[in-house]
Amino acid sequence: MPDSIFETSELVINMGPQHPSTHGVLRVVLRLDGERVISADVVIGYLHRGIEKLCEQRDWMQIVLITDRMDYIAAASNNLGYCETVEKLMSLEVPKRARYIRTVLAELQRIASHCLWLGTHAMDIGAMTVFLYAFRERELILDLFEEYCGARLTYNAMRIGGLPLDIPPGWDAKVRAFCDILDTKVNEYEELLTHNRIWRERTRDVGIISGQDAIAIGLSGPALRGSGVPRDIRKDEPYAAYADFEFNVPIGWTGDTYDRYLVRLEEFRQSVRIIRQALDGLPEGPIIGKVPRLIKPPAGETYHAIESPKGEIGYFIVSDGKSNTPYRFRVRPPSFCNLQALPRLVKGHLVADVVALIGSIDIVLGEVDR
Amino acid sequence: MTEPTRTIAAPGGPADPPPPADKPVPQFLADLQREIGSGVTALSYWVGDWTAILSIDRLVAAAQYLRDAPGARFEFLSDLTASDWPPRSKRFDVIYSLYSISLKHRVRLKVQAGDGEPVPTVTVVWPSANWLEREVFDLFGIRFAGHPDLRRILMPDDWQGHPQRKDYPLEGPGEMLMENPLDWLNLKHREEIE
Amino acid sequence: MHLHGTALWTLHPALCTLHYPMIETYVIPLLKILVLLNAVLVAVTYMVLLERKVIAWVQVRLGPMRVGPHGVLQPIADAIKLLLKEDITPARADRFVFTLAPIVSMVPALIAFAVIPFDSEITLFGYRIALFVADVNVGLLYIVAATSISVYGIILAGYASNSKFPLLAGLRASAQLISYEIAITMILVSIVATAGTLSMVGIVKAQLEAGVWYAFIQPVAFVTLFIGGLAETNRAPFDLPEAEQELTGGFHTEYSGMRFALFFLAEYANMIVVSAVATTLFLGGWLRPFPNVEALSFLGFVPGWMWFLLKTFVFLYVFIWIRATLPRYRYDQLMRLGWKVLIPLALANLVVTGIVKVLL
Repeated sequence: MPDSIFETSELVINMGPQHPSTHGVLRVVLRLDGERVISADVVIGYLHRGIEKLCEQRDWMQIVLITDRMDYIAAASNNLGYCETVEKLMSLEVPKRARYIRTVLAELQRIASHCLWLGTHAMDIGAMTVFLYAFRERELILDLFEEYCGARLTYNAMRIGGLPLDIPPGWDAKVRAFCDILDTKVNEYEELLTHNRIWRERTRDVGIISGQDAIAIGLSGPALRGSGVPRDIRKDEPYAAYADFEFNVPIGWTGDTYDRYLVRLEEFRQSVRIIRQALDGLPEGPIIGKVPRLIKPPAGETYHAIESPKGEIGYFIVSDGKSNTPYRFRVRPPSFCNLQALPRLVKGHLVADVVALIGSIDIVLGEVDR
Repeated sequence: MTEPTRTIAAPGGPADPPPPADKPVPQFLADLQREIGSGVTALSYWVGDWTAILSIDRLVAAAQYLRDAPGARFEFLSDLTASDWPPRSKRFDVIYSLYSISLKHRVRLKVQAGDGEPVPTVTVVWPSANWLEREVFDLFGIRFAGHPDLRRILMPDDWQGHPQRKDYPLEGPGEMLMENPLDWLNLKHREEIE
Repeated sequence: MHLHGTALWTLHPALCTLHYPMIETYVIPLLKILVLLNAVLVAVTYMVLLERKVIAWVQVRLGPMRVGPHGVLQPIADAIKLLLKEDITPARADRFVFTLAPIVSMVPALIAFAVIPFDSEITLFGYRIALFVADVNVGLLYIVAATSISVYGIILAGYASNSKFPLLAGLRASAQLISYEIAITMILVSIVATAGTLSMVGIVKAQLEAGVWYAFIQPVAFVTLFIGGLAETNRAPFDLPEAEQELTGGFHTEYSGMRFALFFLAEYANMIVVSAVATTLFLGGWLRPFPNVEALSFLGFVPGWMWFLLKTFVFLYVFIWIRATLPRYRYDQLMRLGWKVLIPLALANLVVTGIVKVLL
């Protein structure tokens, strides 16, 4: 920008905790020079509920309920991560049927979370209709979950050692029908957005971050893959039943918003592929392993991470071997670490891009603040 | 200081069992021990995770070695957190979980810090440690020497106390822990009196 | 009433008008104005419902259904609600200008209807009534002038709110409108060159003589006018200055109640004006499709004004359809589109029209 002949000063604008956009209570303090962002300071903590401290006073089984409420968009993924961590601590084996069903649930969650992401991201950029269409698909998934475990948002769907409930009869036929519907719908979203000139102008070259920088700043999940880094925990450190399935991991080229959008759109299709394979190969058997009545992992600590729709969600749990609550319960929230990248991403962009970038990183404040 | 919130006697420290004799130490850890020498005070192995316990003054050197050494290449800091073991003299454990995207392996580093003892920051090694260290400072009170912007992140800026410490009450200072339904009855009764 | 023989006219020249038949001179135009104003205001109010319904149907839902059958009474409910709202004026706002701004926005949109021809002439109760309020021979210029004044409403609103966000947003919005006005005006000049007259009625008659709607002769102008019209009325995809996802609510942040309603209605009135102008200029006004083809003269059963309303409705529907479908442009992309794409296109169209007119 040329040195201006006018004396200008910075404008400080507060994108306050209350937003018209539906991202939750996030506050971004922007310093602007005209329309360009010079710096952004992200203020979080408005939804801090002290989950980590609370879980130190809850049973190992009760904590599954609490993990639901962190990333409330994809609650079953949180449950899965926690249960797998405790199973790792206790060296428990989960029966194959339970692992397959867990995979189906996790992938359904991934689709549901991406549906919400797509709807809100498109609405922020102005395409209001995609919001309604994406939520229509999300409603179908919520109906599936309601039939499985009775809840639409916070599922409590997993137990340490397996699952509490087996799938109801006819459920897998419904899931298959949903997969067929989703395939056509994803094509619909692509038609509306991917080649739309206005969409490309709003998302191309907005918030570019290179692979190296993305790793250094701590991005994970689709945001990292959009920058070309082939990192997916489902492939690198397979958990649940992912090792048995064949699927691709989409990776972006340039690391801009458009690439992150394409990565998540392709993840829809890959999730459908995984679900179909899981349902096809679903073995018979018990749905919960040999779990002692009172869960008391031996003294020790571990860190276990899974690939939630937003990124790498890791649980660091310390057990002291004696009490029936964890000694230290720590969640590594993907949204928290991804949000760190926001000040770096918005630098030099216009104000209208800030909203697009918040949507592109895909955060949920329940997870950021815990 | 109020009473600890646990009714069972607090353990003196993390278990940190040493690796069993038949488990070979990974090459990068052996290289680390050679490189850092006495900085690596202990190694631990539990349910498939390797942990190296370091001394504070060699932490950044070890971090840099682990990030750059060709056998280690831990370019991704997964998690940075802390644990509070009040009976121990150095009550805090700061735990770094590292992951290598190129070599696909994990390791954990641990340092022990006392109350008020600053820990050198690793933001020079992994910029993603910025917010994670802020959170540890906010919730535990551990200061990180050299951190570019050390201030509270989750709690309000003017909050007193560090909530995740073991001697901080769950319900907050001066509040009532409303876990029992009878507590609610007590509350209602008090309002009626007033 | 004849006053030929009297010398009343020497008292005041205006009394000459008493020559003319009273009803045709005074009553009919007055009735026309009343009917038109009422119709426009009702139409503008029901545009709100139309938009909500159409966007709802695009989004696989129903829209307002409760108030009246299928939500037909919804605009009345909205109007009553806005009328009953608390009248808030910001503390240090300029009160006079604050109230003036929505009026300055609304009135030019309404007065632009004066020259829009709905039909050529119909016979009603034995009187021949032309279905336009006035056939000014510079009708198009009059419309451009009227709509240009409404930009002032936005600037005044931003200024009078005494708050930095509405001010900045108001300046942005007015910059957008002025930029796109240039493109639109050049398009209008091309049409004037094609038709040979500035009068709205004259342009429709020229299309009748040419036997084809100008949309087929000047397709580039048609599309450019439509896009410019979208930008002029602050509609998606050019509605950045008033989008809720932006930091502020735009220039009408501080407005509430009936003043806000006036801005809102002014936007819809502008939309109807743009649609009506586009219909008159490009789709033949009140002409039926293929006006010179005798074989389709059975289409003449449908009166001209009904064709006009149908065509205008099509434009309005497309406006709403576009809003439901497309994302919105960022401000710099919007300005780039206006200055670097539309204005050169309009200029080129003008040049080509001139060349063709001279050569043919």
